[in-house]
Amino acid sequence: MLKKLVIGAALALTPVAAVAAGGGDQHIEDFAFSYEGPFGSYDQNQLQRGLQIYTEVCAACHGLKFVPIRTLSDEGGPHMPADQVRAYAADNFSVYDAEADEDRPATPVDNFPANTNAGAPDLSLMAKARAGFHGPYGSGMNQLFKGMGGAEYIASLLDGYTGEEKTEAGTTLYANTAFPGGWISMAPPLSDEQVEFSDGHANDVRAMSQDVAAFLMWTAEPKMMARQSVGFVGVLMLTILSVMLYLTNKRIWAPIKGRKDS
Amino acid sequence: MSGIPHDHYEPKTGAEKWLHSRLPIVGLLYDTIMIPTPKNLNWWWIWGIVLAFCLVLQIVTGIILAMHYTPHVDLAFASVEHIMRNVNGGHMIRYVHMNGASLFFVAVYIHIFRGLFYGSYKAPREITWIVGMLIFLMMMGAGFMGYVLPWGQMSFWGATVITGLFGAIPFIGEALQTWLLGGPAVGNATLNRFFSLHYLLPFIIAALVIVHIWAFHTTGNNNPTGVDVRKGSKEEAKKDTLPFWPYFVIKDFFALVVVLAVFWAIVGFMPNYLGHPDNYIEANPLVTPAHIVPEWYFLPFYAILRAFTAEVWVVQFASLVTGGIIDAKFFGVMAMFGAIAVMALAPWLDTSRVRSGSYRPMFKWWFYLLVVDFFALMWLGAMPAEEPYASFSLIASAYWFGYFLVILPLLGVIEKPTAIPATIEEDFDAHYGKASDAKAAE
Repeated sequence: MLKKLVIGAALALTPVAAVAAGGGDQHIEDFAFSYEGPFGSYDQNQLQRGLQIYTEVCAACHGLKFVPIRTLSDEGGPHMPADQVRAYAADNFSVYDAEADEDRPATPVDNFPANTNAGAPDLSLMAKARAGFHGPYGSGMNQLFKGMGGAEYIASLLDGYTGEEKTEAGTTLYANTAFPGGWISMAPPLSDEQVEFSDGHANDVRAMSQDVAAFLMWTAEPKMMARQSVGFVGVLMLTILSVMLYLTNKRIWAPIKGRKDS
Repeated sequence: MSGIPHDHYEPKTGAEKWLHSRLPIVGLLYDTIMIPTPKNLNWWWIWGIVLAFCLVLQIVTGIILAMHYTPHVDLAFASVEHIMRNVNGGHMIRYVHMNGASLFFVAVYIHIFRGLFYGSYKAPREITWIVGMLIFLMMMGAGFMGYVLPWGQMSFWGATVITGLFGAIPFIGEALQTWLLGGPAVGNATLNRFFSLHYLLPFIIAALVIVHIWAFHTTGNNNPTGVDVRKGSKEEAKKDTLPFWPYFVIKDFFALVVVLAVFWAIVGFMPNYLGHPDNYIEANPLVTPAHIVPEWYFLPFYAILRAFTAEVWVVQFASLVTGGIIDAKFFGVMAMFGAIAVMALAPWLDTSRVRSGSYRPMFKWWFYLLVVDFFALMWLGAMPAEEPYASFSLIASAYWFGYFLVILPLLGVIEKPTAIPATIEEDFDAHYGKASDAKAAE
């Protein structure tokens, strides 16, 4: 029955109101991230701060099950020294070892553990699983200029608590300006000065929201730097090749065409 | 194999003669590459090469992806992430394959509309057209099943919606749907067979492409004037044509590289622009996305599918006449497939004896409106099913059918075509000047 309802609704052969994702009352701020644009790159320090926030705050409820811990030392990512990554894995996470039938400290070859204890979604791909910008009129055309905006969505959400709360069917909901519908069941996770950075970087909610959002953009798209450089080199080479082919083509056709100008 | 007289391959050395008398493969390749091609082909004729390139690109990247992908409901999503994170160059191969599908459809739509404008479907090229439509259908099948493989939310729910269409067929629908899915709902059996078929279809497409090329190499290419190449003698044919190599190969390669530069910029800088964020959420049969939308290239036909609701009088009439056998859902399905069917029937629906739209003053405007209509349908397919979009969809769908079923047959009777050049040579010289003039000037 559910299936039929769903199919019916989806086909909308009977008029069903569907809410366009990202439409309506959501407020997504267009944060400026260092990796934006064809020549942008991840801010290594920001990713490391984001990792720290994730570890100390988010990891209590959320997992990153698709992210191998070793990639923390990848270039174009947080780029942490290998021994630091090894220590980080062992200090923070343990994984179940099927052979020994017991938990052991995590190593860099393990993935970040999954965490569904509190019913919280996995964050590995969150920055690509949410569109921050979807206008105008739900067409998504503004993504052409602003990007998908998943990280902007995350930062806006973390920084978007108004302080209001209400209880509905035994669940406490918190007012949030970025969440679709305006009420979210996640309590405000960040508070000012919650996380201390070793370099004394700003640790108010707004700064930390952006740091963790940038980190989650990296977990979702760890090869972005490599991809952009391949993209740049490829476009450059194809452009050069196209000029050469254009000239070749012109030359081949010159004796066939009477007029020089066409 | 061409009907246009031209020089054929002559084996010269002993080895060539030895091979040629046993397997004339060199001759076949020579005749294919050197085929006389109307020299006035314009830039709209470059998309065939782009399409051939896309097919090879998709097969090559697809075979590599299949080496690392696992078609199992518990592992598929994770295996795609494995490709994105752990496989050397995997993220590029996957993004190229993903966006390659979009390039494929951009190219095929332009290619189809070029054919519609210049009357490439008309006699004697009906078989080329029909085979092309079959390729298009196969592409849609391959594209749809490929989108299911990453096993994200849109994969799962898209599969549920589209296979549900078969369930709308009266009497046998439900049994057919279960048979197609391999179970009562989209599940592991479905994913496995979609993977198998997604791997198979491109090779069927490749075979059909050979038939497509064979067919139009037999009739010769159409051209912007629609005027036939003179076939009286080799000398006459040479005035209208040039060999495919090097003239059109280089021209097409130039265009292909320009297209690829744009494609590569999309892959490199915004690879997820054409995708849907929900497909980065693992499939969950218990959670329905707020808004299920197909990939952009299905949107025009999706809009037609949704346009015919139970409120539309045609649907009510069909339901009444058939005693309820044809309900709104089945009507929508028939309309969607019908939209492609009427396009496939264009060779017999178009009554005009003039091929090229360039010389058809009325046809031109109806054609331009069809292009606008296509984009309107694409936009409407992405909109929620509510007013005013529902009414717009109905109007746009009606025009699609009206164009093929009413306008094309009528125009041939009432339209007065403008003057058509006598030969391709005349058209070419009018655009580019006579080659002899240039020599005289030097």
